[in-house]
Amino acid sequence: MAPKLPIYMDNAATTPVDPRVVETMLPYFTERFGNAASRNHHFGWVAEEAVDYAREQVAQVIGARSEKEIVFTSGATESDNLAIKGIANFYKSKGNHIITCKAEHKAVLDTCKRLERSGFDVTYLSPQQDGRVTPEQVKEALTDKTILVSLMLVNNEIGSQNPIREIGEVTRAAGVLLHCDATQGIGKVDFDAQRDNVDLASLSAHKMYGPKGVGALYVSRSKPRVRIVAEMDGGGHERGMRSGTLNVPGIVGFGRAAELARQEWKQDTERLEALRARLHGRITDALEEVHLNGAEAPHRAPGILNLSFAFVEGEALMMAIKDVAVSSGSACTSASLEPSYVLRALGVDEELAHSSIRFGLGKFNTEEEVDYVAALVIEQVERLRAMSPLYEMHKEGIDLSTIEWTAH
Amino acid sequence: MAYSKKVVDHYENPRNVGTLDKEDESVGTGLVGAPACGDVMRLQIRVNPETEVVEEAKFKTFGCGSAIASSSLVTEWVKGKTIDEAMALENSQIVEELNLPPVKIHCSVLAEDAIKSAIADFRKKQAARKGETGPAEGESANSAE
Repeated sequence: MAPKLPIYMDNAATTPVDPRVVETMLPYFTERFGNAASRNHHFGWVAEEAVDYAREQVAQVIGARSEKEIVFTSGATESDNLAIKGIANFYKSKGNHIITCKAEHKAVLDTCKRLERSGFDVTYLSPQQDGRVTPEQVKEALTDKTILVSLMLVNNEIGSQNPIREIGEVTRAAGVLLHCDATQGIGKVDFDAQRDNVDLASLSAHKMYGPKGVGALYVSRSKPRVRIVAEMDGGGHERGMRSGTLNVPGIVGFGRAAELARQEWKQDTERLEALRARLHGRITDALEEVHLNGAEAPHRAPGILNLSFAFVEGEALMMAIKDVAVSSGSACTSASLEPSYVLRALGVDEELAHSSIRFGLGKFNTEEEVDYVAALVIEQVERLRAMSPLYEMHKEGIDLSTIEWTAH
Repeated sequence: MAYSKKVVDHYENPRNVGTLDKEDESVGTGLVGAPACGDVMRLQIRVNPETEVVEEAKFKTFGCGSAIASSSLVTEWVKGKTIDEAMALENSQIVEELNLPPVKIHCSVLAEDAIKSAIADFRKKQAARKGETGPAEGESANSAE
């Protein structure tokens, strides 16, 4: 039976909002529309109460000690900026060295690059071939000037999961702060900020079946008490760390999404693991020369499957499966004509980086959809390989690396 | 990014996909691009040595939809033309016909390189053949990179 088309399999880009979340949000657009900062009337109190409740829900999903450790933002990009610039500017008298990784999200990398222009030193660790950073790499990169380590929980392109807990032991022992961009991991993998010695963590609602335009930064208040310099000046909202009228409906939805994630993540993850394994298995059973980018289970998020289909260009394959929404690390999908920097940081051959497709499975995907997508991908890869000169050469036993290509 | 109807048509129903015997003296082969850049085109023509008319054209392409469409279009265009006429082909004609956006212009450049390189290969073979029987004519092989 063919599933309903188009099929959404790009849940690492964004997720649909869970209907239960939408339902919780709705009253906050209409009858409970107050400004949470209006301290002197009923409308304000209702909104503030709802925000405080959501703050608790979000605190719980990441293992914060207190709801006071949650600063609501517009999303993970803002949270990453606030965390890294906020720490750098507050602790610059202590040191000017920051450690991160080449495979981080641009919100982290470009923030670090900006700080480099104002006198900070940044070490960009090269990930292992599976996309993970080891605690030893972090330990070796530490200097007496290091004030912050920023590493993601789960990589958005390849799904590899960093050993944050072990890295947290290293940073804690060294007295260095640890920021974790946890955007892709919350509700998917085991994470607990307190247990894992994470001092700051970025979150985004729309990656966990909540609404777009809302996120949070967790800022530890004890052991250690982390201080940051705010980015935004204004009314002093969020205890001075993020001015601006609170997005009450968004925050309420985020809270509900966090609560659902906390209650349901284990069963969701189990289901996604099975769907991903099914998709991966069907494809590799039928096709040769398909390479997994990123780490093998269990060191990965359950829903992300990044595969390189050798001899086939990623954008062409996306075009062939146009009824299925996925994404590609191919240069042709970006304006820069450069293939994915994440795959290159892993040491993936440029050719294979051009041939990559990211499948992002989510909790609303079904087994029928997976079967349909697997069959379509197999059929279309075969079709494209039949018109690929590289596949023909491969079949003739020609080693492509021995040919002098005319790069243009 | 939305593709033009013509790109989609060539991509979904590519004309003249295939392989000619590259050892054949009447066949010219152009292989351009590089896997690391994300596109490789192989364009082959079978030319009548007497009339110098392209009788058959085949391609195989590793690349995006626009690269596949550009090479498919070129095989259609050169068939029935003399190699001198085919040599006059310019990438801007491909851009116009397929309505390629600026970011895809390199696909058309590659297709132009591919046909010119195939013609050069054919001419080189012909010159070598004539060289066996008499003095070689002016080397006109335009080695399009």
